[in-house]
Amino acid sequence: MTAAPAVELRGVWVIYHQRPVLEDIDLVIPPGRYVGIIGPNGAGKSTLLKVVLGLIPPARGVVRVFGEPPARLRRSGQLLGYLPQKLMSQPQFPVTVLEVVLMGRYGRIGLGRWPGPGDREAALAKLRRLRIEHLADRPIGALSGGELQRVFIARALVVEPRLLVMDEPTISLDACAQDDLFEMLHDLKEELDLTVLVVSHDIGAVARHVEEVVCLNRRLYVHEPPPIGRLALERTFGCSVEYLFHGEIPHRVVRRDE
Amino acid sequence: MALGFWQRALAAGVVLAVLCGCLSVFVILRRLAFIGVGISHSAFGGVALGFLLGIDPLWTGIVFSAGVALAIEWAQQRGHIEEDAAIGIFFAAAMALGVLFLHLSGTYNVDVFGFLFGNILAIGERQVVQIVVVAVGVLAVVGIFFKEYVFISFDEEMAWVSGLPVNFLRALFLVLLSLAVIVAIYLVGIILVSALLVIPGATARNLAGHLRPMLLVSLGSAVGATLVGLFASAWLDWPSGATIVVLLSLLFFLSTLWSRAK
Ligand SMILES: Nc1ncnc2c1ncn2[C@@H]1O[C@H](COP(=O)(O)OP(=O)(O)OP(=O)(O)O)[C@@H](O)[C@H]1O
Ligand SMILES: [Mg+2]
Repeated sequence: MTAAPAVELRGVWVIYHQRPVLEDIDLVIPPGRYVGIIGPNGAGKSTLLKVVLGLIPPARGVVRVFGEPPARLRRSGQLLGYLPQKLMSQPQFPVTVLEVVLMGRYGRIGLGRWPGPGDREAALAKLRRLRIEHLADRPIGALSGGELQRVFIARALVVEPRLLVMDEPTISLDACAQDDLFEMLHDLKEELDLTVLVVSHDIGAVARHVEEVVCLNRRLYVHEPPPIGRLALERTFGCSVEYLFHGEIPHRVVRRDE
Repeated sequence: MALGFWQRALAAGVVLAVLCGCLSVFVILRRLAFIGVGISHSAFGGVALGFLLGIDPLWTGIVFSAGVALAIEWAQQRGHIEEDAAIGIFFAAAMALGVLFLHLSGTYNVDVFGFLFGNILAIGERQVVQIVVVAVGVLAVVGIFFKEYVFISFDEEMAWVSGLPVNFLRALFLVLLSLAVIVAIYLVGIILVSALLVIPGATARNLAGHLRPMLLVSLGSAVGATLVGLFASAWLDWPSGATIVVLLSLLFFLSTLWSRAK
């Protein structure tokens, strides 16, 4: 028996107000892959991640995560780690940093039961790994942008997921932390046989660190290995993009078909 | 053990204050203030239906407001209609039905004023038992799912991804809210009951930066305003429900000034 792909999208369409945001996306990601998704603003990257997580049901098409529909998967104890692009709807919510990270354990703990010492230890370990252990007892509303970003990364990791989905994780991190994060994701992936899906605008970092790049601009267009060149990027973004050379990264281009 | 009307009023008032003070925190954190108003006003339709059918208005009230709350949730989930419009329409319709039910039942002599503005001094042993049973049940459920409700209030998307039964918990909370609204009507009446579900939590939000103190402040202000309100209204011969709500509002304004001054 071959293992089901970590992510499998077949003919997926997402339509908002009669306007297609994702058109006919086919994407198969085998387990254990470290995949970067790039594309311009409004390309549908966040939407694609939400489709994978089951937060947005597609208008048409089939979504499978580890061989199951996301809505079934989430109840089967197969946990997903998620870092949303928009972190908080209520900036002054009355909980501490440690409590927010602990929320990442709630799926494991189960309904109506309280986090134990093991959960606290796991949460503190992730805070330590992101170098924000000293913030554990701070109110979540009293952090800088980068600190807040690290807290939510810690929450996504403490889930100990099989699939980790991150929407612009490096967005407000300083230069060192950005590189650290991509390295950490790589290490985690090796350690835990994790599948990682990262959306990022930092094309340089994506090119340096990930194993596979998906270029997205509303529409899917797959083509074979040659490294991402200027032309492919320009077609995806619709403007000239800094030229990047990053060796033989197999990649797919998902672009607008005018 | 027979309680006098005054002991009954005090006991029921404190139990209801604890119940509403606790739910109020989640009403504020989950921004359910307006749906609280909707649920409480639609209770009027349910209570009037009870008169029409000759059933204890407690039961018809609970079924009716829980039904309206779930209908609002459903209409808004399906995306057919904005939530505020849904609430506005449903609660107006429910109140209009209430007036029709009252008319059809021909019982204008029932204590409509008592239902609209509360009459805690008139409740009997039976109502005290109802209040205690409902309060213990609702608080137990909130206690069991406390961590889930905090998670949903903070980040509903992530709660969903984590496998929590988000839709079930949302619907359950609306039912709990309906239960609390119906029994709290004895204390402050249909028109003012949403104050009990909104103001203590809002006051606590002004004063506390963390969930535990917020709960305590909310409970404290609800119980305090209820006790002081009951004694003051007895002393001054004022309507007790309105006195309690005025005191709660006063506490809220003071807490706002205090948090501004900080
Ligand atoms: N709730 C919504 N209703 C209507 N349109 C939406 C909604 N959410 C997103 N869109 C539209 O869908 C398109 C894709 O949005 P999405 O958030 O997936 O883009 P993105 O690639 O993540 O962009 P960015 O780089 O800015 O984060 C955009 O054109 C956006 O305007
Ligand atoms: Mg995005």
